[in-house]
Amino acid sequence: MPKPRTWTVDALILRHADFGEADRLLVFYARRQGKGRALAKGVRRIRSRKAGHVEPLTATRLLLAQGRDLNIVTQAQALLTFPYLRDDLTRYAYAMHVAELADKFTYEGEEHPGLYRLLVHTFEQLEKHPDLNLVTRYYELRLLDLTGFRPELQRCVLCGQPLQPEPQFFSPGLGGVVCPRCGQAQWGLRPLSVDALRYLRHFQRSAFAQAERARPSRTVHEEMEHLMLAYLTHVLERRLHSPVFLQHLRRLKNG
Amino acid sequence: MSLPEPIQRAIEAFAALPGIGPKSASRLTFYLLREQSAALRDTLAEAIRGLNDVAYCQQCFNFTEAGQPLCPVCRDPHRDDGLICVVEEPLDVEAIERTGVYRGQYHVLHGALSPIEGIGPDDLKIRELLARVQAGRVHEVIIATNPSMEGDATAMYLHRLLAPLGIKVTRLARGLPVGGDLEYADQNTLRGALVERKEM
Repeated sequence: MPKPRTWTVDALILRHADFGEADRLLVFYARRQGKGRALAKGVRRIRSRKAGHVEPLTATRLLLAQGRDLNIVTQAQALLTFPYLRDDLTRYAYAMHVAELADKFTYEGEEHPGLYRLLVHTFEQLEKHPDLNLVTRYYELRLLDLTGFRPELQRCVLCGQPLQPEPQFFSPGLGGVVCPRCGQAQWGLRPLSVDALRYLRHFQRSAFAQAERARPSRTVHEEMEHLMLAYLTHVLERRLHSPVFLQHLRRLKNG
Repeated sequence: MSLPEPIQRAIEAFAALPGIGPKSASRLTFYLLREQSAALRDTLAEAIRGLNDVAYCQQCFNFTEAGQPLCPVCRDPHRDDGLICVVEEPLDVEAIERTGVYRGQYHVLHGALSPIEGIGPDDLKIRELLARVQAGRVHEVIIATNPSMEGDATAMYLHRLLAPLGIKVTRLARGLPVGGDLEYADQNTLRGALVERKEM
């Protein structure tokens, strides 16, 4: 069947870039169609009717038309605008991290059922949840599941034995936990505490309603964050930008 | 390509400009090759050479003529040097000047924060703004970054930096554009217009 000339998508805008005189190129993740790009014409003009509907971190219903090189946004109606992410710099910074990961872990034309819902849920939680690190780690583990990079947290990735409640190692390159016996002969491993592993496993297998009851200490949060960042960077084979800004904000807060 | 080398070079130079594709570049080049365009060619060449004599103002980072450490606005003794309007780009200064109502000075950041693109505070003229405010005299900073996600994030970041210094930090009001239709307004704009409504 030939592609229709216009079609509608419900999409979360992940990022945008200025294009030409007054246009913007949108990168979005659509509920059914997955990641896509489209040109929103004239949205940098202050009188644009579409501009506010196609801002990053907005869930929008887009009417798209096939263009010569790029699809064109002909109409846009914001469905969810997540205003508290715009009003709070820290929440905004976490949301940008979430958007950057969704952008970098997906390719155009590739569908990941459930990712749109996960993104909406994560942005909703980032608007109100007191523990932004917990929301973010939970999202990262779910994203890895959905995109096929689930880390192995139940058994040693080398010997296959179930893990004992003792300090372990984590190998971004091997994609999971290495037990202390196998870890002795390896290099490039990261130490993994019993508590950090416990919480990561909990986030990996639980629904958010159960996962959010967890209360990891600040130290464990930091350990999980560093470990996840190492793994995400290894999988992507490139650096992430948003964690740098998050670190900057933390330094600013701590004086 | 069978075109003479100077023409090819001109086409390539035009095509390197943003928003100009190879077809437009060729059209512009051939327009300039017409006999009656000789004067325009000279004017353009002179204007482009003149751009080499443009430098940044050492105070506000807007453009100024080379050899002049300060731009005309910063040099103007009639402007309020205690009032600074922070904008993203030099063209924003022109937009605010056109209103004719602002009598303070400016500070041009040369961009906005964009964590996802890797544009952080160190990539903008934020340290210089902080130094300017800490030097005293400044009583109010008006943040006039764009009403976009990046502009808002930059505004929040600047507020976080400047508020502890005890100066007044304001943000340009957000509302409905003149001549617009309410039914087309997005939730964020309408919300801003409602929150910042004024008594008549």
